[in-house]
Amino acid sequence: MMENNHFQYFPHTEADIQTMLRKIGVGSTDELYQDVPAEYIYKGEYNLSDAKSEQEVRDFFKSLAEKNLSLKCFVGQGAYDHYTPAVIPYITQRSEFLTAYTPYQCEISQGTLRYIFEFQSMICNLTGLDVSNASMYDGPTAAAEAMRMLLGCARKKNTVLLSATLLPHVVEVVKTYAKFYGTNIQMIDAKDGQTSRESLEALMQSGDVAGAIVPLVNRYGIIENLEGFADALHAGKALLATYCDPSTLAVLRTPAEWNADVAVGEGQSLGVPLGYGGAYVGFMACRSEFMRKLPGRIVGEATDAEGRRCYVLTLQAREQHIRREKATSNICSNESLVALWVTVYLSLMGPQGLKEVNRQSSEGAHYLYDELLKTGKFQPVFDAPFLKEFVLKPLVDIEALQLHLQQKGFFAALATEDGYVSFCVTEKRTKAEIDALVAAIKEM
Amino acid sequence: MKYYDKLILELSKPGRTGYSLRQNDSCTTDALASLPEWGKRKTDVCLPEVSEVDVVRHYTNLSQMNFGVDTGFYPLGSCTMKYNPKINEEIAAMPEFQSIHPLQDKNTLEGIRAIFDEMDHALAAITGMSHFTFLPCAGAHGELTGLMIMRSYHMSRGDLKRTKVIVPDSAHGTNPASAAVCGLEIVEVKSGENGLVDVESLRPLLDDTVAGIMMTNPNTLGLFEREIKQIAELVHEAGGLLYYDGANMNPLLGVVRPGDMGFDIMHLNLHKTFSTPHGGGGPGSGPVGVCEKLVPFLGVRVSGYNGNFPVILRAYTYILMLGRQHIKQAGRLATLNANYIKESLRDAYKLPIDSVCKHEFVFDGLKEREGENHDELPTTLDVAKRLLDYGFHAPTIYFPLLFHQSLMIEPTETESLETLDDFIRVMHLIADEAHTQPELLRTAPHNCPISRPDETTAARNPKLRYE
Repeated sequence: MMENNHFQYFPHTEADIQTMLRKIGVGSTDELYQDVPAEYIYKGEYNLSDAKSEQEVRDFFKSLAEKNLSLKCFVGQGAYDHYTPAVIPYITQRSEFLTAYTPYQCEISQGTLRYIFEFQSMICNLTGLDVSNASMYDGPTAAAEAMRMLLGCARKKNTVLLSATLLPHVVEVVKTYAKFYGTNIQMIDAKDGQTSRESLEALMQSGDVAGAIVPLVNRYGIIENLEGFADALHAGKALLATYCDPSTLAVLRTPAEWNADVAVGEGQSLGVPLGYGGAYVGFMACRSEFMRKLPGRIVGEATDAEGRRCYVLTLQAREQHIRREKATSNICSNESLVALWVTVYLSLMGPQGLKEVNRQSSEGAHYLYDELLKTGKFQPVFDAPFLKEFVLKPLVDIEALQLHLQQKGFFAALATEDGYVSFCVTEKRTKAEIDALVAAIKEM
Repeated sequence: MKYYDKLILELSKPGRTGYSLRQNDSCTTDALASLPEWGKRKTDVCLPEVSEVDVVRHYTNLSQMNFGVDTGFYPLGSCTMKYNPKINEEIAAMPEFQSIHPLQDKNTLEGIRAIFDEMDHALAAITGMSHFTFLPCAGAHGELTGLMIMRSYHMSRGDLKRTKVIVPDSAHGTNPASAAVCGLEIVEVKSGENGLVDVESLRPLLDDTVAGIMMTNPNTLGLFEREIKQIAELVHEAGGLLYYDGANMNPLLGVVRPGDMGFDIMHLNLHKTFSTPHGGGGPGSGPVGVCEKLVPFLGVRVSGYNGNFPVILRAYTYILMLGRQHIKQAGRLATLNANYIKESLRDAYKLPIDSVCKHEFVFDGLKEREGENHDELPTTLDVAKRLLDYGFHAPTIYFPLLFHQSLMIEPTETESLETLDDFIRVMHLIADEAHTQPELLRTAPHNCPISRPDETTAARNPKLRYE
């Protein structure tokens, strides 16, 4: 039998419950479960803690937060410690945005629909491509969806090429999807820290290649020169998908300028906090001819019965709720609120602000690079242009180095699979902080 | 709500800025100037050039054309739009959590490890599963992950011919779509007259090519699959596994544990059952739980880092607030609310299956009065649009596909008797209007920021970006 335990999220008084039970014609809420075999009604006590008050919850999480080491971040590898303008959380916490569902009823969802349309427009402008969807879960899953889209655009081909210079977690997620979808993944070799065009051309010989996914800025922080990549792929009726950090697209040659057909990437670098890895936002854009192959939600412009401009979910014939197993993807909920976060970020930063972010990050990174080499504890690995991230070969024990830096309050020198250490500098890091990091390394 | 027409790019004025970056901390000479020519962007990116106040007003105006759970009642079936507690937001926004890089050494993150461990234990206690992975970022992502685990299990045994998965015709659209992304062949099993999976239809589908079955229980009609015990036995006997679609877990919260019903794999939608806000279409979180023997397959790498951590923080906060004292009420009150609405509206709306429901139920459109033809009455779409005029969000419409005029109502446990009574009153009012002034429904909504859009033209000549 139920009683009211005075829980603030349940508004039912005992009298309410009795009124409702009478209307239904049963004696207790347990009777509403008479269609459930009795053996499945859980009769035990749930192994959970006692209900906490809000203040107890605050204290609890405060004590847990204190058990994490707070470190100054000098690592990227797909998650970047860029600055978040104060306006963003203020807007994204507005409950009209925060507590809405997917905009199925467009007449009372114009807010959501309009910012998604703005997000799509800005992603198109950053990448130079024609069409963007409303967001994907994160960068790596966007790359996995790109793999399936490349297959969907090709006829009877089952091979997708991945550059060995893509971030490791991107490769891992794409390979997971490929394993179950039955896709043949071939890795394009790296040469001097960059995707090898010779390797790509050799792999094209099979005739089974639907497309390739190649980074614009790779796992070593190197800006890749993709001259001839699109031509080589297109000649074999295959497509070029680029994996990008959208923040860098304010200054770097765009996917469209490399003649790419698809662009995917991780939107986190656009002002989204590190947050231990989420919630982030993947994006996906393509040339208009592949529009109907895009996965996920897409918002389009329409007019209402009075001729006013408005926005609706469109091209829904691609999606799971209509096409079920024939849909372009299974994605339903995506990362809408993080797309709003990114949209507000791009609105505040504008073309100048985003360029300035790249300039300051890049200057800091190049300064750190030079200073680290001066310590004599590292050797250069690649001679190639980079922006905010780079790798060096350590001449000291990596684990000892990392432990030492942790104790000094830094998260830096992340070990890579190939025995290098990776560093990253964003505009949030001051010259004084960089100098302190270098001083700490010198001490070792 | 009032209509506001602008796009942020339309507010742009060259030279205006909205950012705040430090002025002088130059480490070297201009690093951008030394970029190689081949690597530079050719033209400046077109982004808004607006002031901070422009941005704040613009998005505040946009928000005022939006309806959320905090605005009003949101009885969207299968979406579990319960109230999103504010303490959840406070915890998720703690700077101590927001500032941590995902690749930081786990040995330095005792607090975060404890949160994942305790959340794992709590979800295991609530569902009867053994352990969970938190990598999936949404419900459909959880389904895909769960199916990958299912296939991994069969593959590990060298049982490679199990490439089919059985999906009931009443399943959420994501079920067959996830199965397809997982490389599985979908075999549909029909529902019987009573809206439940028909065991006799299922039996002949089971053989050694079946990897498993995806079940939603209660199903999308809000009906508990009473034959679950027999279904579980049959599937297990045939060597298959049972997948539980957690989208409909809410009525079982604190009442029934999927693990006890024989399910081997399940996902939960933290953004449904565990009170985290839906954010206009994410971020969600779809942790996947498995039984003991499948724990070795839980490590499948389906997203970049550690899952949607702030969503997990919110859900854990909710579980701490619920505690063992209140959890037993959650599902029961959700079911009570749904049955109350169903019984109060069945005189005016057509109830295709007369049975006790769980957290939700489905009407098949309006009930015809004497001398009326059901097909000539205003449609479910019309009813839904008219509801918007009265300040309610609409139910889920035209799903499940089993009926032509599906109207799927899920109130959740956080709504009061007064709110439900008000909704019932309006639904009766709309039913009356449907019989007396049907045009009022067919042209609804009348007092929303916009009226019905021309979606056909929008899809035929897509305009998908501002130019």
